[in-house]
Amino acid sequence: MLIRRAPMFRSSEITDEKLYLDRRSFIVGGAAALAALPVVADAKAPPGAPLKATRNAAFVNPDAPTKIEDATTYNNFYEFGLDKGDPSRLGHTLKTRPWTVKVEGLVGKPKTFDIDDILKTFPLEERVYALRCVEAWSMVIPWIGFPLSALLKQVQPLGAAKFVEFVTLNDPQQFPGQKVGIFGASLDWPYVEGLRMDEAMHPLTLMTVGMYGQVLPNQNGAPFRVVVPWKYGFKSGKSIVRIRLTADRPKTSWEKAAPQEYGFYSNVNPEVDHPRFSQATERRIGEFRRRKTLMFNGYADQVGSLYAGMDLRKNY
Amino acid sequence: MWPIGLAPIVYLLICFATGNLGSNPIDFVTRTLGDWTLRILLATLALTPIRILTGQAWPITLRRLLGLFAFAYVTLHFAVWIVLDFFFDWQQMAVDIVKRPFITVGVTALVLLAPLAATSTAGMIKRLGARRWRQLHRLVYVAAVLGVLHFLWLAKVGVRTPWIYVAVLAVLLGVRVVDALRRRARHARL
Repeated sequence: MLIRRAPMFRSSEITDEKLYLDRRSFIVGGAAALAALPVVADAKAPPGAPLKATRNAAFVNPDAPTKIEDATTYNNFYEFGLDKGDPSRLGHTLKTRPWTVKVEGLVGKPKTFDIDDILKTFPLEERVYALRCVEAWSMVIPWIGFPLSALLKQVQPLGAAKFVEFVTLNDPQQFPGQKVGIFGASLDWPYVEGLRMDEAMHPLTLMTVGMYGQVLPNQNGAPFRVVVPWKYGFKSGKSIVRIRLTADRPKTSWEKAAPQEYGFYSNVNPEVDHPRFSQATERRIGEFRRRKTLMFNGYADQVGSLYAGMDLRKNY
Repeated sequence: MWPIGLAPIVYLLICFATGNLGSNPIDFVTRTLGDWTLRILLATLALTPIRILTGQAWPITLRRLLGLFAFAYVTLHFAVWIVLDFFFDWQQMAVDIVKRPFITVGVTALVLLAPLAATSTAGMIKRLGARRWRQLHRLVYVAAVLGVLHFLWLAKVGVRTPWIYVAVLAVLLGVRVVDALRRRARHARL
Protein backbone atom coordinates (compact mmCIF):
# COMPACT_ATOMS: atom_id res chain seq x y z
CA MET A 1 0.00 0.00 0.00
CA LEU A 2 1.24 3.48 -0.75
CA ILE A 3 -0.47 5.03 2.25
CA ARG A 4 2.13 6.74 4.34
CA ARG A 5 2.15 5.36 7.84
CA ALA A 6 1.35 7.88 10.54
CA PRO A 7 4.65 8.99 12.05
CA MET A 8 3.60 8.45 15.64
CA PHE A 9 0.70 6.04 15.87
CA ARG A 10 -0.06 2.71 14.26
CA SER A 11 -3.06 2.68 11.93
CA SER A 12 -4.24 -0.49 13.69
CA GLU A 13 -4.94 1.65 16.77
CA ILE A 14 -7.72 3.66 15.15
CA THR A 15 -10.44 4.30 17.67
CA ASP A 16 -13.44 2.04 17.43
CA GLU A 17 -15.93 4.78 16.59
CA LYS A 18 -18.93 2.95 17.97
CA LEU A 19 -17.09 2.34 21.23
CA TYR A 20 -16.09 5.95 21.48
CA LEU A 21 -19.46 7.43 20.53
CA ASP A 22 -21.38 5.03 22.75
CA ARG A 23 -20.22 6.88 25.83
CA ARG A 24 -23.52 6.92 27.60
CA SER A 25 -24.18 3.21 27.61
CA PHE A 26 -20.47 2.75 28.32
CA ILE A 27 -20.78 4.81 31.48
CA VAL A 28 -24.08 3.26 32.51
CA GLY A 29 -22.86 -0.26 31.76
CA GLY A 30 -19.57 0.38 33.50
CA ALA A 31 -21.25 1.86 36.54
CA ALA A 32 -23.71 -1.05 36.69
CA ALA A 33 -20.91 -3.61 36.42
CA LEU A 34 -18.96 -1.84 39.12
CA ALA A 35 -22.01 -1.57 41.36
CA ALA A 36 -22.39 -5.36 41.20
CA LEU A 37 -18.88 -5.96 42.55
CA PRO A 38 -18.50 -6.92 46.21
CA VAL A 39 -15.16 -5.26 46.94
CA VAL A 40 -15.71 -1.86 45.32
CA ALA A 41 -14.63 0.97 47.57
CA ASP A 42 -14.01 3.80 45.21
CA ALA A 43 -14.45 2.73 41.59
CA LYS A 44 -17.74 4.39 40.77
CA ALA A 45 -17.60 7.85 39.21
CA PRO A 46 -21.09 9.22 38.48
CA PRO A 47 -21.46 10.95 35.10
CA GLY A 48 -21.21 14.72 35.28
CA ALA A 49 -23.18 17.46 33.58
CA PRO A 50 -22.81 17.31 29.77
CA LEU A 51 -20.61 19.94 28.17
CA LYS A 52 -20.92 20.85 24.51
CA ALA A 53 -17.75 21.27 22.50
CA THR A 54 -16.65 21.13 18.89
CA ARG A 55 -14.08 18.49 18.11
CA ASN A 56 -10.87 19.98 16.74
CA ALA A 57 -9.64 17.37 14.26
CA ALA A 58 -6.14 18.86 14.26
CA PHE A 59 -5.66 17.71 17.85
CA VAL A 60 -6.97 14.15 17.94
CA ASN A 61 -4.76 11.29 19.03
CA PRO A 62 -5.84 8.26 16.97
CA ASP A 63 -5.23 5.79 19.82
CA ALA A 64 -8.27 4.41 21.65
CA PRO A 65 -9.31 6.75 24.47
CA THR A 66 -8.89 5.33 27.94
CA LYS A 67 -12.06 4.06 29.61
CA ILE A 68 -13.71 6.85 31.56
CA GLU A 69 -13.86 4.62 34.65
CA ASP A 70 -10.07 4.45 34.65
CA ALA A 71 -9.57 8.15 33.85
CA THR A 72 -11.83 9.14 36.76
CA THR A 73 -10.69 6.66 39.41
CA TYR A 74 -6.92 6.34 38.84
CA ASN A 75 -5.67 9.78 39.72
CA ASN A 76 -2.66 11.47 41.29
CA PHE A 77 -4.08 14.44 43.16
CA TYR A 78 -2.26 14.70 46.48
CA GLU A 79 -4.63 17.44 47.63
CA PHE A 80 -7.10 14.63 48.24
CA GLY A 81 -4.63 11.98 49.43
CA LEU A 82 -1.71 9.90 48.29
CA ASP A 83 -3.61 6.86 47.01
CA LYS A 84 -4.73 6.73 43.40
CA GLY A 85 -8.23 5.99 44.63
CA ASP A 86 -8.43 8.91 47.06
CA PRO A 87 -9.36 11.71 44.61
CA SER A 88 -12.47 9.91 43.34
CA ARG A 89 -13.40 8.65 46.80
CA LEU A 90 -12.91 11.99 48.58
CA GLY A 91 -13.47 14.44 45.72
CA HIS A 92 -16.94 15.46 46.86
CA THR A 93 -15.61 18.00 49.38
CA LEU A 94 -14.34 20.28 46.61
CA LYS A 95 -16.73 23.15 45.88
CA THR A 96 -16.40 24.22 42.27
CA ARG A 97 -18.87 27.13 42.57
CA PRO A 98 -18.26 29.95 43.13
CA TRP A 99 -14.84 29.80 41.45
CA THR A 100 -12.66 32.63 40.22
CA VAL A 101 -9.36 32.65 38.40
CA LYS A 102 -7.13 35.66 39.03
CA VAL A 103 -4.87 36.46 36.07
CA GLU A 104 -2.20 38.89 37.22
CA GLY A 105 1.48 39.79 37.17
CA LEU A 106 3.25 41.20 34.14
CA VAL A 107 0.08 41.84 32.12
CA GLY A 108 -1.42 45.01 30.72
CA LYS A 109 -4.98 44.12 31.72
CA PRO A 110 -5.06 41.96 34.85
CA LYS A 111 -8.45 40.35 35.34
CA THR A 112 -10.31 38.09 37.70
CA PHE A 113 -12.47 35.70 35.68
CA ASP A 114 -15.48 33.90 37.04
CA ILE A 115 -15.49 30.29 35.84
CA ASP A 116 -18.94 30.68 34.30
CA ASP A 117 -17.71 33.71 32.33
CA ILE A 118 -14.81 31.62 31.09
CA LEU A 119 -17.22 28.93 29.91
CA LYS A 120 -19.23 31.53 28.00
CA THR A 121 -16.37 33.61 26.62
CA PHE A 122 -14.03 31.07 25.06
CA PRO A 123 -15.32 28.68 22.38
CA LEU A 124 -14.87 25.14 23.68
CA GLU A 125 -13.03 22.51 21.66
CA GLU A 126 -12.75 18.80 22.19
CA ARG A 127 -9.19 17.51 21.82
CA VAL A 128 -7.95 13.97 22.33
CA TYR A 129 -4.54 14.13 24.00
CA ALA A 130 -2.17 11.52 25.33
CA LEU A 131 -1.24 12.14 28.97
CA ARG A 132 1.97 10.55 30.26
CA CYS A 133 2.55 10.36 33.98
CA VAL A 134 6.12 10.53 35.25
CA GLU A 135 5.39 7.20 36.98
CA ALA A 136 5.48 5.55 33.51
CA TRP A 137 1.79 5.02 32.88
CA SER A 138 -0.34 6.90 30.38
CA MET A 139 -3.86 7.54 29.19
CA VAL A 140 -5.57 9.01 26.14
CA ILE A 141 -8.24 11.48 27.18
CA PRO A 142 -10.76 13.53 25.19
CA TRP A 143 -10.44 16.89 26.95
CA ILE A 144 -12.71 19.92 26.50
CA GLY A 145 -11.17 23.37 26.69
CA PHE A 146 -9.58 26.22 24.82
CA PRO A 147 -5.99 27.28 24.13
CA LEU A 148 -4.25 29.21 26.92
CA SER A 149 -3.06 31.65 24.28
CA ALA A 150 -6.64 32.88 23.86
CA LEU A 151 -6.87 33.68 27.58
CA LEU A 152 -3.46 35.34 27.66
CA LYS A 153 -4.29 37.49 24.63
CA GLN A 154 -7.15 38.99 26.63
CA VAL A 155 -4.90 40.12 29.48
CA GLN A 156 -2.10 41.36 27.18
CA PRO A 157 1.19 39.99 28.49
CA LEU A 158 3.94 42.59 28.81
CA GLY A 159 7.27 42.13 27.02
CA ALA A 160 8.94 41.49 30.35
CA ALA A 161 6.78 38.42 30.98
CA LYS A 162 8.90 35.31 30.41
CA PHE A 163 7.00 32.69 32.39
CA VAL A 164 3.47 31.73 33.34
CA GLU A 165 2.79 30.39 36.82
CA PHE A 166 -0.28 28.31 37.71
CA VAL A 167 -1.44 28.16 41.32
CA THR A 168 -3.90 25.55 42.57
CA LEU A 169 -6.44 26.09 45.33
CA ASN A 170 -5.06 25.82 48.86
CA ASP A 171 -7.84 24.95 51.30
CA PRO A 172 -7.57 22.06 53.76
CA GLN A 173 -11.34 22.24 54.29
CA GLN A 174 -11.94 21.28 50.68
CA PHE A 175 -8.76 19.27 50.11
CA PRO A 176 -8.38 16.75 52.96
CA GLY A 177 -4.88 15.87 51.76
CA GLN A 178 -3.75 19.39 52.62
CA LYS A 179 -4.41 18.87 56.31
CA VAL A 180 -1.07 18.61 58.08
CA GLY A 181 -0.86 15.15 59.62
CA ILE A 182 1.59 13.72 62.16
CA PHE A 183 4.18 13.29 59.44
CA GLY A 184 3.79 16.83 58.12
CA ALA A 185 2.44 18.00 54.77
CA SER A 186 2.93 15.73 51.76
CA LEU A 187 3.76 18.72 49.54
CA ASP A 188 4.46 22.39 50.13
CA TRP A 189 0.98 23.85 49.36
CA PRO A 190 -0.39 25.48 47.28
CA TYR A 191 0.51 23.38 44.25
CA VAL A 192 2.47 25.53 41.83
CA GLU A 193 3.33 24.76 38.23
CA GLY A 194 4.80 26.86 35.47
CA LEU A 195 5.62 27.13 31.79
CA ARG A 196 7.98 29.19 29.70
CA MET A 197 6.12 31.90 27.76
CA ASP A 198 6.50 30.11 24.41
CA GLU A 199 5.26 26.84 25.95
CA ALA A 200 2.27 28.69 27.40
CA MET A 201 1.44 30.33 24.08
CA HIS A 202 1.79 27.06 22.15
CA PRO A 203 -1.45 25.92 20.46
CA LEU A 204 -1.29 22.56 22.29
CA THR A 205 -1.49 24.10 25.77
CA LEU A 206 -5.12 23.70 26.75
CA MET A 207 -7.01 25.39 29.54
CA THR A 208 -9.40 22.57 30.33
CA VAL A 209 -12.93 22.57 31.71
CA GLY A 210 -14.26 19.17 30.72
CA MET A 211 -13.57 15.64 29.52
CA TYR A 212 -15.52 12.80 27.85
CA GLY A 213 -18.29 15.18 26.87
CA GLN A 214 -18.95 16.29 30.43
CA VAL A 215 -17.82 18.84 32.98
CA LEU A 216 -14.49 17.98 34.66
CA PRO A 217 -15.01 15.66 37.62
CA ASN A 218 -13.50 16.95 40.86
CA GLN A 219 -10.84 14.25 40.90
CA ASN A 220 -9.60 15.40 37.48
CA GLY A 221 -8.96 19.00 38.54
CA ALA A 222 -12.37 20.67 38.42
CA PRO A 223 -13.43 23.20 37.46
CA PHE A 224 -10.40 24.60 35.61
CA ARG A 225 -7.03 23.07 34.85
CA VAL A 226 -4.25 23.20 32.29
CA VAL A 227 -3.20 20.29 30.09
CA VAL A 228 0.29 20.29 28.60
CA PRO A 229 0.40 16.97 26.73
CA TRP A 230 4.10 16.88 25.84
CA LYS A 231 5.21 17.07 29.44
CA TYR A 232 4.86 14.67 32.35
CA GLY A 233 1.38 14.80 33.83
CA PHE A 234 2.26 16.63 37.04
CA LYS A 235 2.97 19.74 34.92
CA SER A 236 -0.74 19.87 34.07
CA GLY A 237 -1.90 21.76 37.17
CA LYS A 238 -5.41 21.16 38.45
CA SER A 239 -8.13 23.27 40.11
CA ILE A 240 -6.37 26.50 39.19
CA VAL A 241 -7.23 29.73 41.03
CA ARG A 242 -4.37 31.98 39.89
CA ILE A 243 -2.36 32.51 36.75
CA ARG A 244 0.60 34.84 37.15
CA LEU A 245 2.94 36.12 34.47
CA THR A 246 6.46 36.60 35.76
CA ALA A 247 9.95 37.53 34.68
CA ASP A 248 11.58 34.92 36.94
CA ARG A 249 11.13 31.19 36.50
CA PRO A 250 8.56 29.88 39.00
CA LYS A 251 9.66 27.28 41.54
CA THR A 252 7.29 24.40 40.90
CA SER A 253 6.05 22.16 43.72
CA TRP A 254 7.72 18.96 42.55
CA GLU A 255 10.96 20.80 41.84
CA LYS A 256 10.92 21.92 45.46
CA ALA A 257 9.96 18.52 46.79
CA ALA A 258 12.59 16.50 44.89
CA PRO A 259 14.80 18.64 42.65
CA GLN A 260 16.97 15.71 41.60
CA GLU A 261 13.90 13.89 40.28
CA TYR A 262 11.63 16.62 38.89
CA GLY A 263 12.79 19.54 36.81
CA PHE A 264 11.05 22.62 35.51
CA TYR A 265 10.76 21.39 31.94
CA SER A 266 9.85 17.73 32.57
CA ASN A 267 9.36 17.06 28.88
CA VAL A 268 8.45 13.46 28.15
CA ASN A 269 11.79 11.98 27.09
CA PRO A 270 12.53 8.24 26.84
CA GLU A 271 16.26 9.00 26.76
CA VAL A 272 16.43 10.75 30.10
CA ASP A 273 15.79 8.37 32.97
CA HIS A 274 14.16 9.27 36.23
CA PRO A 275 16.75 8.63 38.98
CA ARG A 276 14.74 5.70 40.31
CA PHE A 277 13.42 4.11 37.09
CA SER A 278 13.67 4.18 33.34
CA GLN A 279 11.44 6.38 31.20
CA ALA A 280 11.93 4.31 28.06
CA THR A 281 8.63 2.47 28.33
CA GLU A 282 5.17 3.10 29.77
CA ARG A 283 2.02 1.21 30.64
CA ARG A 284 -0.95 2.54 28.66
CA ILE A 285 -3.79 2.01 31.12
CA GLY A 286 -6.03 -0.71 29.72
CA GLU A 287 -3.24 -2.43 27.78
CA PHE A 288 -1.29 -5.50 28.83
CA ARG A 289 2.11 -4.98 27.25
CA ARG A 290 4.27 -1.93 27.88
CA ARG A 291 4.71 0.59 25.10
CA LYS A 292 7.81 2.46 24.00
CA THR A 293 7.63 6.02 25.28
CA LEU A 294 7.73 8.59 22.51
CA MET A 295 9.86 11.73 22.53
CA PHE A 296 7.69 14.61 23.75
CA ASN A 297 4.89 12.05 24.19
CA GLY A 298 4.42 11.87 20.44
CA TYR A 299 4.19 15.63 19.97
CA ALA A 300 7.77 16.07 18.76
CA ASP A 301 6.84 17.61 15.39
CA GLN A 302 4.76 20.20 17.15
CA VAL A 303 7.00 21.19 20.07
CA GLY A 304 10.51 19.97 19.20
CA SER A 305 11.48 23.38 17.84
CA LEU A 306 10.87 25.01 21.24
CA TYR A 307 13.87 23.13 22.58
CA ALA A 308 16.26 23.31 19.64
CA GLY A 309 19.80 23.44 20.92
CA MET A 310 18.77 22.78 24.54
CA ASP A 311 20.46 20.01 26.49
CA LEU A 312 17.38 18.10 27.61
CA ARG A 313 19.41 15.95 29.99
CA LYS A 314 20.53 19.02 31.92
CA ASN A 315 17.16 20.71 31.55
CA TYR A 316 15.06 17.76 32.61
CA MET B 1 -1.60 -20.68 59.55
CA TRP B 2 -2.22 -21.94 56.01
CA PRO B 3 -5.51 -20.06 55.49
CA ILE B 4 -3.95 -16.89 56.90
CA GLY B 5 -0.87 -17.25 54.72
CA LEU B 6 -2.90 -17.89 51.59
CA ALA B 7 -5.47 -15.16 52.26
CA PRO B 8 -3.73 -12.39 50.28
CA ILE B 9 -3.42 -14.67 47.24
CA VAL B 10 -7.06 -15.68 47.53
CA TYR B 11 -7.93 -11.98 47.78
CA LEU B 12 -6.00 -11.24 44.59
CA LEU B 13 -7.67 -14.14 42.78
CA ILE B 14 -11.10 -12.89 43.82
CA CYS B 15 -10.22 -9.37 42.66
CA PHE B 16 -9.04 -10.82 39.37
CA ALA B 17 -12.19 -12.92 38.91
CA THR B 18 -14.47 -9.95 39.61
CA GLY B 19 -12.45 -7.60 37.41
CA ASN B 20 -11.56 -5.59 40.46
CA LEU B 21 -7.81 -5.21 40.18
CA GLY B 22 -8.11 -1.50 39.42
CA SER B 23 -6.92 0.56 36.50
CA ASN B 24 -3.34 -0.62 36.69
CA PRO B 25 -3.76 -4.31 37.58
CA ILE B 26 -0.12 -5.34 37.12
CA ASP B 27 1.03 -2.58 39.43
CA PHE B 28 -1.63 -3.51 41.99
CA VAL B 29 -0.72 -7.19 41.98
CA THR B 30 3.02 -6.50 42.17
CA ARG B 31 2.58 -4.08 45.04
CA THR B 32 0.18 -6.34 46.96
CA LEU B 33 2.56 -9.29 46.68
CA GLY B 34 5.47 -7.08 47.74
CA ASP B 35 3.55 -5.66 50.72
CA TRP B 36 2.71 -9.15 51.97
CA THR B 37 6.26 -10.39 51.46
CA LEU B 38 7.50 -7.70 53.79
CA ARG B 39 4.72 -8.14 56.29
CA ILE B 40 5.19 -11.89 56.51
CA LEU B 41 8.96 -11.49 56.68
CA LEU B 42 8.60 -9.05 59.57
CA ALA B 43 6.17 -11.49 61.19
CA THR B 44 8.82 -14.20 61.09
CA LEU B 45 11.22 -11.77 62.74
CA ALA B 46 8.63 -10.98 65.42
CA LEU B 47 8.52 -14.53 66.76
CA THR B 48 11.77 -14.47 68.70
CA PRO B 49 10.89 -11.10 70.29
CA ILE B 50 7.53 -12.59 71.32
CA ARG B 51 9.41 -15.51 72.87
CA ILE B 52 11.80 -13.15 74.63
CA LEU B 53 9.05 -10.91 75.94
CA THR B 54 6.51 -13.59 76.94
CA GLY B 55 8.79 -16.50 77.76
CA GLN B 56 6.59 -18.71 75.55
CA ALA B 57 8.32 -21.07 73.13
CA TRP B 58 5.39 -21.95 70.84
CA PRO B 59 5.75 -18.91 68.53
CA ILE B 60 8.98 -20.40 67.19
CA THR B 61 7.05 -23.38 65.82
CA LEU B 62 5.36 -21.01 63.36
CA ARG B 63 8.58 -19.66 61.96
CA ARG B 64 9.36 -22.21 59.28
CA LEU B 65 5.92 -22.03 57.66
CA LEU B 66 5.86 -18.24 57.83
CA GLY B 67 9.35 -18.07 56.37
CA LEU B 68 8.34 -20.30 53.48
CA PHE B 69 5.26 -18.17 52.88
CA ALA B 70 7.49 -15.09 52.74
CA PHE B 71 9.66 -16.83 50.18
CA ALA B 72 6.59 -17.88 48.18
CA TYR B 73 5.33 -14.30 48.09
CA VAL B 74 8.67 -12.83 47.07
CA THR B 75 8.95 -15.42 44.30
CA LEU B 76 5.46 -14.51 43.04
CA HIS B 77 6.31 -10.80 43.31
CA PHE B 78 9.43 -11.35 41.21
CA ALA B 79 7.59 -13.63 38.77
CA VAL B 80 4.91 -11.00 38.17
CA TRP B 81 7.66 -8.47 37.52
CA ILE B 82 9.33 -10.75 35.01
CA VAL B 83 6.22 -12.05 33.25
CA LEU B 84 3.53 -9.39 33.51
CA ASP B 85 5.49 -6.20 33.89
CA PHE B 86 8.41 -6.80 31.56
CA PHE B 87 7.13 -9.84 29.64
CA PHE B 88 10.52 -11.55 29.55
CA ASP B 89 12.36 -8.47 28.27
CA TRP B 90 15.55 -9.83 29.85
CA GLN B 91 17.72 -7.03 28.54
CA GLN B 92 15.55 -4.30 30.01
CA MET B 93 15.31 -6.19 33.29
CA ALA B 94 19.07 -6.64 33.50
CA VAL B 95 19.53 -2.92 32.91
CA ASP B 96 17.03 -2.16 35.65
CA ILE B 97 18.61 -4.56 38.12
CA VAL B 98 21.97 -2.92 37.63
CA LYS B 99 20.91 0.71 37.30
CA ARG B 100 18.10 1.04 39.82
CA PRO B 101 19.35 0.69 43.40
CA PHE B 102 15.95 -0.27 44.72
CA ILE B 103 15.76 -3.20 42.29
CA THR B 104 19.35 -4.24 43.01
CA VAL B 105 18.65 -4.59 46.72
CA GLY B 106 15.32 -6.28 46.04
CA VAL B 107 16.82 -8.97 43.83
CA THR B 108 19.68 -9.42 46.31
CA ALA B 109 17.20 -9.94 49.14
CA LEU B 110 15.40 -12.58 47.10
CA VAL B 111 18.66 -14.35 46.28
CA LEU B 112 19.58 -14.37 49.98
CA LEU B 113 16.24 -15.91 50.93
CA ALA B 114 16.58 -18.78 48.44
CA PRO B 115 19.12 -20.86 50.40
CA LEU B 116 17.05 -20.28 53.52
CA ALA B 117 13.98 -21.75 51.84
CA ALA B 118 16.06 -24.61 50.46
CA THR B 119 17.44 -25.50 53.89
CA SER B 120 14.20 -25.12 55.80
CA THR B 121 13.58 -28.81 56.43
CA ALA B 122 14.58 -30.83 59.52
CA GLY B 123 16.68 -33.02 57.24
CA MET B 124 18.64 -29.96 56.17
CA ILE B 125 19.26 -28.91 59.76
CA LYS B 126 20.77 -32.33 60.36
CA ARG B 127 22.91 -32.16 57.23
CA LEU B 128 24.29 -28.72 57.97
CA GLY B 129 24.53 -29.15 61.68
CA ALA B 130 22.77 -26.81 64.09
CA ARG B 131 25.57 -24.26 64.26
CA ARG B 132 26.12 -23.87 60.49
CA TRP B 133 22.37 -23.82 59.88
CA ARG B 134 21.91 -21.05 62.43
CA GLN B 135 24.73 -19.04 60.86
CA LEU B 136 23.23 -19.44 57.39
CA HIS B 137 19.79 -18.41 58.55
CA ARG B 138 21.11 -15.18 60.02
CA LEU B 139 20.99 -14.03 56.40
CA VAL B 140 17.33 -13.31 57.07
CA TYR B 141 18.41 -10.14 58.87
CA VAL B 142 20.25 -8.92 55.79
CA ALA B 143 17.31 -9.89 53.58
CA ALA B 144 14.88 -8.01 55.82
CA VAL B 145 16.99 -4.85 55.80
CA LEU B 146 17.38 -5.04 52.01
CA GLY B 147 13.66 -5.68 51.61
CA VAL B 148 12.76 -2.61 53.64
CA LEU B 149 15.32 -0.54 51.71
CA HIS B 150 13.76 -1.81 48.47
CA PHE B 151 10.41 -0.41 49.60
CA LEU B 152 11.91 2.80 50.99
CA TRP B 153 13.85 3.57 47.82
CA LEU B 154 11.04 2.92 45.40
CA ALA B 155 8.55 5.10 47.25
CA LYS B 156 8.05 8.55 45.87
CA VAL B 157 8.24 11.76 47.82
CA GLY B 158 5.27 12.13 50.14
CA VAL B 159 4.63 8.40 50.63
CA ARG B 160 5.48 7.55 54.22
CA THR B 161 4.35 3.93 54.64
CA PRO B 162 7.86 2.49 54.17
CA TRP B 163 9.00 4.36 57.28
CA ILE B 164 6.51 2.36 59.33
CA TYR B 165 8.26 -0.80 58.14
CA VAL B 166 11.62 0.76 59.03
CA ALA B 167 10.34 1.46 62.53
CA VAL B 168 8.92 -2.04 62.99
CA LEU B 169 12.12 -3.67 61.74
CA ALA B 170 14.18 -1.45 64.04
CA VAL B 171 12.09 -2.53 67.02
CA LEU B 172 12.26 -6.23 66.09
CA LEU B 173 16.02 -6.12 65.65
CA GLY B 174 16.37 -3.89 68.69
CA VAL B 175 14.70 -6.43 70.97
CA ARG B 176 17.23 -9.03 69.86
CA VAL B 177 20.15 -6.69 70.40
CA VAL B 178 19.01 -5.76 73.90
CA ASP B 179 18.38 -9.41 74.72
CA ALA B 180 21.83 -10.44 73.46
CA LEU B 181 23.50 -7.71 75.51
CA ARG B 182 21.54 -8.76 78.60
CA ARG B 183 22.51 -12.41 78.14
CA ARG B 184 26.14 -11.46 77.69
CA ALA B 185 26.05 -9.37 80.87
CA ARG B 186 24.47 -12.28 82.75
CA HIS B 187 27.16 -14.69 81.52
CA ALA B 188 29.87 -12.23 82.45
CA ARG B 189 28.58 -12.10 85.98
CA LEU B 190 28.55 -15.90 86.41
